[in-house]
Amino acid sequence: MGLENTVFESLPDVLTVKLDSVINWARKSSLWPATFGLACCAIEMMNTVSARNDLSRFGAETFRASPRQADVMIVSGRVSRKMAPVLRRIYDQMPEPKWVISMGACATSGGVFDNYAIVQGVDKVVPVDIYVPGCPPRPEMLVHAITMLQEKIMKESVKDRRDTYEPESRESIVPGTLPVTEGTALERETEIEVAENQVSRPYTIPSKHERRRSS
Amino acid sequence: MHKGCSNIFHALTSCGLLQRIDMTEKLHEFVEKLRSENTAWVTKVIEGHGEVAVITSRESIVDACRSLKDKHGFDMLADLCGCDRGPEEDPRFEVNYHVFSTKHHNRLRLKVVLGEDDPHVPTVTQIWKTAEWHERETYDLVGVIFDGHPDLRRILLPSDFDGHALRKDYPLRGYEPYSLN
Repeated sequence: MGLENTVFESLPDVLTVKLDSVINWARKSSLWPATFGLACCAIEMMNTVSARNDLSRFGAETFRASPRQADVMIVSGRVSRKMAPVLRRIYDQMPEPKWVISMGACATSGGVFDNYAIVQGVDKVVPVDIYVPGCPPRPEMLVHAITMLQEKIMKESVKDRRDTYEPESRESIVPGTLPVTEGTALERETEIEVAENQVSRPYTIPSKHERRRSS
Repeated sequence: MHKGCSNIFHALTSCGLLQRIDMTEKLHEFVEKLRSENTAWVTKVIEGHGEVAVITSRESIVDACRSLKDKHGFDMLADLCGCDRGPEEDPRFEVNYHVFSTKHHNRLRLKVVLGEDDPHVPTVTQIWKTAEWHERETYDLVGVIFDGHPDLRRILLPSDFDGHALRKDYPLRGYEPYSLN
């Protein structure tokens, strides 16, 4: 008889638990990073994954080359202005839920390179959750960053729907009342307001998740 | 060992010096060979630290390079780089051709100086294939235009970059901060 039999004998048949905790636990325990090693910090990232500081014991089991299969993007290294649209495109190709760790001084703020070629901080391109300082940060610091990200994920809620941009979808509408009447001056005004507030972003509509975090 | 040197260190350095003088003599021989083919090819000879540089005019650079490669065995273009001397200098730009011979291990530098209002040089891609990317880099960073280049476009900076970044009057931080937000 194994451990699970002994444990389950003392527990009731049905457990109630918060949905948020289960979902967040599942998300944080299997954070698969997307490889975005650009420069020297990538070598420290490789060190973090290797046997001495093992990142897979925290759930970052595989570093997926394809962004479509990844959860977290670790931007390690300096991002040049030529690379920035590519970075944005890879970020947009990641499905929700997604997080970004900016690893190293160059990704956080441009690092030592205050010049025409390097983007001064990757948060000008993608929204960042965890910043890791260092040049390069020690592997233990990157492990700490993943742990911090896991704590951050545990505080999230499923109620923050991240796949829609319109704030209207989060408001509940009383049946029988519509926010805008068709053909009236109110509709025209609302259209103008919506057109004015529209921020033109490249490539895709960003998620609600991103609007809260972007700089 | 050199006579009269009690110190081994002195002896070794003087041997090295001798070697260096020997080397520059050989290089000067190549310069003389170039000059004997066509005096217009060698405008000026600069020597320093065991290296010899020849200043050529832009009309004769291709012929000089062709002669160096075919007849004198300089089969490798080690580097082709441009330099901006500064907006106050005249001529402003220079293009350096570092040629190396894998047969007799000699290095020679050819230099073309250009004014700011006419930064054109004929290309040497037909002589050394590697010049293709080096000339693209020089065009990208300094702004020297290579006539006859098969594919002259930016190689290091983004294609929509405005200006030539390694010119002395280009600011270090650039003009606008980059943001996609």
